[in-house]
Amino acid sequence: MAQATFTPTLKDYKSEVKPTWCPGCGDFGVLNAMFRGLANLKLPLDQTVIVSGIGCSSRFPHFAKTFGIHSLHGRALPMAQGMKMARPDLTIVAVGGDGDFFSIGAGHLIHAALRNIDITAVVMDNETYGLTKGQTSPTSPHGHVTKSTPYGLLASQFNPISTALALNVSFVARGYSAKPKELASLIERGINHRGFSFIHVLSPCPTFYNTFDAWDAAVTPLPGDHDAHNRQQAMTLAMETERQYMGVFYQEERPTMDQAAHQLAQQAKDFNIEQYMSRYA
Amino acid sequence: MANEVTIRIGGESGEGTISGGDILALSSARWGYHVYTFRTFPAEILGGPCMFQVRISDQPVKSMGDYADVLVCLNKEAYDRNISDLRPGGVLVYDPSDFTPEESDHIIYAVPFNEIARKQVQLFQTKNMVMLGAISGLIGLPLAALTQVVESRLSRSRKSNPILMEKNMLALEIANKYAQEQITKRDPYRLGTVDKADRVVLNGNQAVVAGALAAQCRFFAGYPITPASDIMEALAKELPQVGGTFLQAEDEIAAIIAVLGASYGGQRAMTATSGPGLSLMTEAVGYASMAELPAVIVDAQRAGPSTGMPTKMEQGDLSFALNASHGDAPRIVVAPADVADCYSLMITAFNMAERYQMPVFFLTDQSLTARVESVDSSAFKPLPVQHRLEYSANGTNGANGTNGASSNGHATTAHAVAGSFSRYAYTASGISPMSAPGAGALPYVATGLEHDEHGHPDYEPEDHTAMMEKRFRKLDTAAEEMPQPQRYGDADADIGIIGWGSTEGTIQEAVDRAREQGYKVAALHPKILSPLPDRTIREFIRSVKKVIVPESNYSGQLANLLGAKYGLQAIRVNKFGGIPFTAGEILRAIEEVS
Repeated sequence: MAQATFTPTLKDYKSEVKPTWCPGCGDFGVLNAMFRGLANLKLPLDQTVIVSGIGCSSRFPHFAKTFGIHSLHGRALPMAQGMKMARPDLTIVAVGGDGDFFSIGAGHLIHAALRNIDITAVVMDNETYGLTKGQTSPTSPHGHVTKSTPYGLLASQFNPISTALALNVSFVARGYSAKPKELASLIERGINHRGFSFIHVLSPCPTFYNTFDAWDAAVTPLPGDHDAHNRQQAMTLAMETERQYMGVFYQEERPTMDQAAHQLAQQAKDFNIEQYMSRYA
Repeated sequence: MANEVTIRIGGESGEGTISGGDILALSSARWGYHVYTFRTFPAEILGGPCMFQVRISDQPVKSMGDYADVLVCLNKEAYDRNISDLRPGGVLVYDPSDFTPEESDHIIYAVPFNEIARKQVQLFQTKNMVMLGAISGLIGLPLAALTQVVESRLSRSRKSNPILMEKNMLALEIANKYAQEQITKRDPYRLGTVDKADRVVLNGNQAVVAGALAAQCRFFAGYPITPASDIMEALAKELPQVGGTFLQAEDEIAAIIAVLGASYGGQRAMTATSGPGLSLMTEAVGYASMAELPAVIVDAQRAGPSTGMPTKMEQGDLSFALNASHGDAPRIVVAPADVADCYSLMITAFNMAERYQMPVFFLTDQSLTARVESVDSSAFKPLPVQHRLEYSANGTNGANGTNGASSNGHATTAHAVAGSFSRYAYTASGISPMSAPGAGALPYVATGLEHDEHGHPDYEPEDHTAMMEKRFRKLDTAAEEMPQPQRYGDADADIGIIGWGSTEGTIQEAVDRAREQGYKVAALHPKILSPLPDRTIREFIRSVKKVIVPESNYSGQLANLLGAKYGLQAIRVNKFGGIPFTAGEILRAIEEVS
């Protein structure tokens, strides 16, 4: 479909599949914000792909009408990156939870940051494992009591924003599922950013670890004078644990691997086997 | 009688033993001979014993040879390790300043490699050139054959300079002259003249790369691993030249997942790895099977388990490739036998991946990855490339045909039916039309969850049953459509040999020799191992009295499969030391069971 004639509404992105999430799940807000962001950008369904891993939030692609791939636990990032390398014309959003991105698939984050392939990651963090019914997560607070930490969590709490900043991710932002309008705007900015965009979304789990009240109290917009090009300042704000700042912590335009690779392929010629084999003659 | 010689060079890794052997093989092949090489080297970068063997003949060569006719030892350890593989009455070439060989029936020639390199050439690193010059003088390979190859190699090298070039040429000349003038030849190994032919000289990994490019593979993701890294390195260089892209992944999990991402995006994509990497990829193999995504996975097998022997050959991953991943996940397994197969079957592998929308394993092994063969150029011709069955909204392009009919092939716009497209439509062939993102394409969601025809998650017993059957039906379709393996040898054979992978030439040579001795023998070598060519294998088993299954693994993985599928009580011949079979070993098995 031609983009010019496509004036979508949120509804156009909504599939016939009913979300499997519990009533009150933060992920509904994220889904709504995603539709809003995609509609605002008028992204065509046939050229947009939502990629996920495994977990409650990773059911996401099924609820959207765009192309989607619901992959393996932790693997949304390599799936999205491989796709973007092969198809730089597509808009690719990788979604998932804290288990996907910060535990089983945490290693991929480093390399997504280094490559700066133009994809947008939206991580729905509920500080717990929802689909497997409430075990501790890398983002659970120290001392957190769950079925897998009956004596309280003995490990420290993972800080997604400071980690992304330390990895020098080229777009780092935080949103909140209960503020879908603001989140939609962050998703739009993330998709528009050329490079790897990392959006950490606080998205509570009312069933296993209800953090709505705590986050309602903790979230606050980034200071008005915050310079999103200042990584050190962003780091200082990210390390404040009393408050959960919302907005774009950091953004820097830099070359993306997908564009660089396609630049290399610009001079491509048709493959001719006889000609190719002459090197072995 | 073929005009041929098998030469083995034993030395220390890092001192030019392997590169010297490569030059000898290439020079002989360029001069018009058929060649077949085998090499071993340690996993270390520098140091450790290594050897290079090349069989040079005016007739096509099918195996590496039972014994070396000529053994060149560059040090005492090489002598100790290799002397038992020198044919009785064969030729030993050595430098008396290195060691003194034991008394034997071998013909022994002393050549002062070290002194020539040090004193006459005055550059010790030309010792391998001295060795090559001496070999050429002994076997009658024209010096020009060597100098042409050395010159072109050296001129491309970063280390190249006029002095080095001159010293290398000098080393070749002096040693060639020494061998011709100072050695009284007492052996029969002398190459005659041969006509130059239209051949190419390359190894298995190089042929895999040519095959991938010809198969229109345009995306590769991989992680370095011996002995598959050459494929990755070559495609990193070649893919941009043909408009493709390349990704060195952070691990094998990311590599296979990136390949699946590219494949979902509509690109023909592959990875190449070895056993340990394949272990990491297994979850994704099941995913590709479930989500019905084409992908080609090259497994350059090495000796396992675990880290095993990274630089040694073994056919140890057949069971793994057939079963990797939890649950019942259909996949195709292809195993090339030689360098020419590495090219043509690579195209078959891609065609099957795309046509049947499933992962395809391509099982080479360390010996084949590094085996240099001279192959008729005609083996590397363009071959048909098949594409995946694309869904078309207006019902054309097979969407309403028998070959993957869709239940909703009605004409409509992408926007209107998005979400209700039957990506996984039940069809007679099991093959459902698919789409890839792009203007006008119908969106769908691929998932590892069991799903209905639309790709929506569905756990109903009826659905899982029907979907499982649909996915496996594709293997039945593939079995009907694939070529059948051809019997080699006697139609009325008493003894049958069934093998797979890189052993084909060796088995055929053993069959030839057994038939010359009067045995009635035939061989069958299926190159597609999932699905198996049932009818042909059953007929073959029925047609012989006994079946030998030689495999370079401990447990007899093909024999187990043939036992399970056809009730075959095979005579197992297993070799698992990291070195390929020789034709003589298989011939002995034939003699023993007769």
